[in-house]
Amino acid sequence: MKTLAVTALSRSFGGVRAVDGVSFAVAPGEMLALIGPNGAGKSTCFNLLNGQLRPDTGTVHLGGRDITGLSPRRIARHGVGRTFQITATFASMTARENVQLALLAHHRQIWRFLRPAPQHHAREADALLAQVGMAEQADRAAAILAYGDLKRLELAIALAAAPRLLLMDEPTAGMAPAERTALMALTRDLANQRQMAVLFTEHDMDVVFGIADRILVLDRGRLVAEGTPETIRANPAVRAIYLGTGATTGGH
Amino acid sequence: MLSTLLVQLLTGLSGASSLFLVSAGLTVIFGVTRVVNFSHGSLYMLGAYTGWSILSRLPREPLPFILGVLLTVAALALLGALLERLLLRRIYAAPELLQLLFTFGVVLVVQDATQAIWGPNDLPLPRGRWLRSFVEIGDARVPLYDLILIAIGPAVLAALWLLLTRTRWGTLIRAATQDREMVAALGVDQKRLFTSVFALGAGLAGLAGALSLPDGSANLQMDLSIITDAFVVVVVGGLGSVPGAFLASILIGVLQAFGIVVLPQATLVLVFVIMAAVLVVRPNGLLGRPQAIRENPASTTLIRPAEPALRWLGLAALILAAAAPLFVGPFLLSVLTEMAVAMLFAAALHFMMGPGGMASFGHAAWFGLGAYAAALAVKGLALPMTAGLLIAPLLAGTAAALFGWFVVRLSGVYLAMLTLAFAQIVWAVMFQAVDLTGGDNGILGVWPAQWATDRLVFYWLTLALCTAATLVLRTILYAPFGYALRGARDSELRAAAIGLDATRLRHAAFTIAGAAAGLAGSLAAFSKGSVFPGFIAISRSVDALLMVLLGGVQSMAGPIVGAIAYTGLFDLLLLATDQWRAVLGLSIIVLVLAFPQGIAGTAHRLWLRGKEA
Ligand SMILES: Nc1ncnc2c1ncn2[C@@H]1O[C@H](COP(=O)(O)OP(=O)(O)OP(=O)(O)O)[C@@H](O)[C@H]1O
Ligand SMILES: [Mg+2]
Repeated sequence: MKTLAVTALSRSFGGVRAVDGVSFAVAPGEMLALIGPNGAGKSTCFNLLNGQLRPDTGTVHLGGRDITGLSPRRIARHGVGRTFQITATFASMTARENVQLALLAHHRQIWRFLRPAPQHHAREADALLAQVGMAEQADRAAAILAYGDLKRLELAIALAAAPRLLLMDEPTAGMAPAERTALMALTRDLANQRQMAVLFTEHDMDVVFGIADRILVLDRGRLVAEGTPETIRANPAVRAIYLGTGATTGGH
Repeated sequence: MLSTLLVQLLTGLSGASSLFLVSAGLTVIFGVTRVVNFSHGSLYMLGAYTGWSILSRLPREPLPFILGVLLTVAALALLGALLERLLLRRIYAAPELLQLLFTFGVVLVVQDATQAIWGPNDLPLPRGRWLRSFVEIGDARVPLYDLILIAIGPAVLAALWLLLTRTRWGTLIRAATQDREMVAALGVDQKRLFTSVFALGAGLAGLAGALSLPDGSANLQMDLSIITDAFVVVVVGGLGSVPGAFLASILIGVLQAFGIVVLPQATLVLVFVIMAAVLVVRPNGLLGRPQAIRENPASTTLIRPAEPALRWLGLAALILAAAAPLFVGPFLLSVLTEMAVAMLFAAALHFMMGPGGMASFGHAAWFGLGAYAAALAVKGLALPMTAGLLIAPLLAGTAAALFGWFVVRLSGVYLAMLTLAFAQIVWAVMFQAVDLTGGDNGILGVWPAQWATDRLVFYWLTLALCTAATLVLRTILYAPFGYALRGARDSELRAAAIGLDATRLRHAAFTIAGAAAGLAGSLAAFSKGSVFPGFIAISRSVDALLMVLLGGVQSMAGPIVGAIAYTGLFDLLLLATDQWRAVLGLSIIVLVLAFPQGIAGTAHRLWLRGKEA
């Protein structure tokens, strides 16, 4: 069974059809890239999947269960992890504590009132941080981390809940090219090991074409192409969209 | 029967009119400047006093009355413009809570100034015959003046509507209400716009104040009593919406008029229930728009447990406090008792305000409920003191749980205003339920049990309970629950994405904070031997806020230090002057002007500058 199945998903803001009749599916262990120019509707699509926004029409199924219109919290509980385009972490905590809190939430240990939180799951938290290359930063405040490190921290937080589906909105923004490839290669390994489905957006086309199993191309809310990296590379419609936008080398 | 209904309805509508005049100004000012102006009630009060000074010198005929009222409006508009120019302009960038606190400082100063100028007594206006005449409607006799007031409400609404939609100035006001940056981008002279909006709001408040004279008097209580109602109206109507304020005024005004006839004791509670119902269905009020979420400045500071040095210092302070009765006299002992209570009270507020991110402006509600619960337990039910000390946090916690159910769904100024309104309602209930609470006379003879009557023993008991409860709060904050609570404050988005239920976490925090404040209140009751409505007064809520802000929201030690420093300074102040309101108000104003990001915030930044880098 597919991990994620989306049918005819739509959402408008005023007159703008940000996401317009989009359907696709992601299999366990598969890495699916969602690409498209700025404003194509990628983040909106993510927000519809994790419950941040309600779709106007369409359905979202996770592992066969209908999760359309549930709250972000519910959807997270069903095993959807997420990183944000504009990072969202707990600024008043250290990197380790960020991950510890995610682990506590995952293990349903929030409603405890005695033993200090930093004494829970410290080893798992450090292991997760080490996995994303943040071992040295564990004791630093999230508020003072560099942008690329915040992205890494977000990934560690998302992984703490052992998600079935990982949504990554521009996970490598703010990183050097070598770091980008390394981080996505790590994600690739994790997807394989854990049979975790990954849906990600990315402006760096080298990363996209090097890592993704399949690619979806979004333009003004519509799905204009879908297929393996080879077919997408050869697709004239995609070339037309990207011609002159300069987005093929990443960044905004 | 029908005629009584009609009279009641008309009374309600006339009350709604003055409520609307005050609320309209408050809501327009908020819409444009984003400042919740606590001192708006003071402008209303000044309108009444100024109106009294002018009108009582004029002939008692309609035309001089109208002229006198217009003169008052002009005077207040000028005063409002001055207030904005000299003071409020400087705090637009400050956090909401500090703005609210700042304008409360203005309230205090105005109270003492008014008393100094006009004296402490109520000033009724001698009324001309036309003001006392009646109109026959069917078989009902309706005061002519009520009808005039009823007409003024819609007339002012219409005038405001024309002003807002048909003039360039009005267009700017509406644009600023919707999008402040846009107006700045259009190159509009913001300063002039803000000043003029303040003048408009103050003029309306002055109008309402002057018009209130024929039905009552100018008195020193009117500022706080109107501001509570106005907050309720503005919140129910939707912050920034003039038509919303109009609808809500009618709703509240009519409700109060009928409530007084049907069930006087329940009126306030009814108002509150209506407000709650509206906000549950429409969280932004009847006609309000969603508020943009503000950055929480406290959330960017890393929270660490106290460093060992600080812990040792705390332990030393505790030992010193425990040994103090052996050296100090009875007066200092009572100050120390007060400090212990204040410490718990402030720690409870800090619990929800710092890590919880919910700034309450009515924390005295729980303190007072605890005090009354304990007093009633020992006096009414003849229970032992220990039972009173147990019932107090239970009852305060239960009340906080009930009220918190919907208040935690709100945030920012809405939350601050609602907690304030709730505290005022609790205050009024205690004030009015004379049979149960003795009203203004309070409940006397609330003494500790036999074994604790000795001042020394009672002090140790208070110190032990307050320290223990504060330590419990601290433990909770560092436990998973506290981290989750803080996480929900730091980033709502991230909290939801890892599956945290922010609403439930906040609800629990609100309840715990209420219970802790209730315990503090009960100890205060036994230590004073009596309970008065003053236990729930706004100024007590503000005390707690000042303690927390003084000490700093960022650490658990903050409220403790703040409580001790504030109680000490305040007691000194009381000894030194009877104008404590003016002094306290001026101190607040100066402190906020000097440290617009909060005293602790500023200190912390300076400290960090030395450390990080
Ligand atoms: N909350 C919102 N309100 C109004 N319009 C919105 C909102 N969110 C997104 N939009 C609009 O929807 C469209 C899609 O935006 P979205 O952020 O999904 O694009 P994106 O593909 O993620 O772009 P980028 O590559 O810049 O991140 C844009 O036109 C945007 O202006
Ligand atoms: Mg995006």
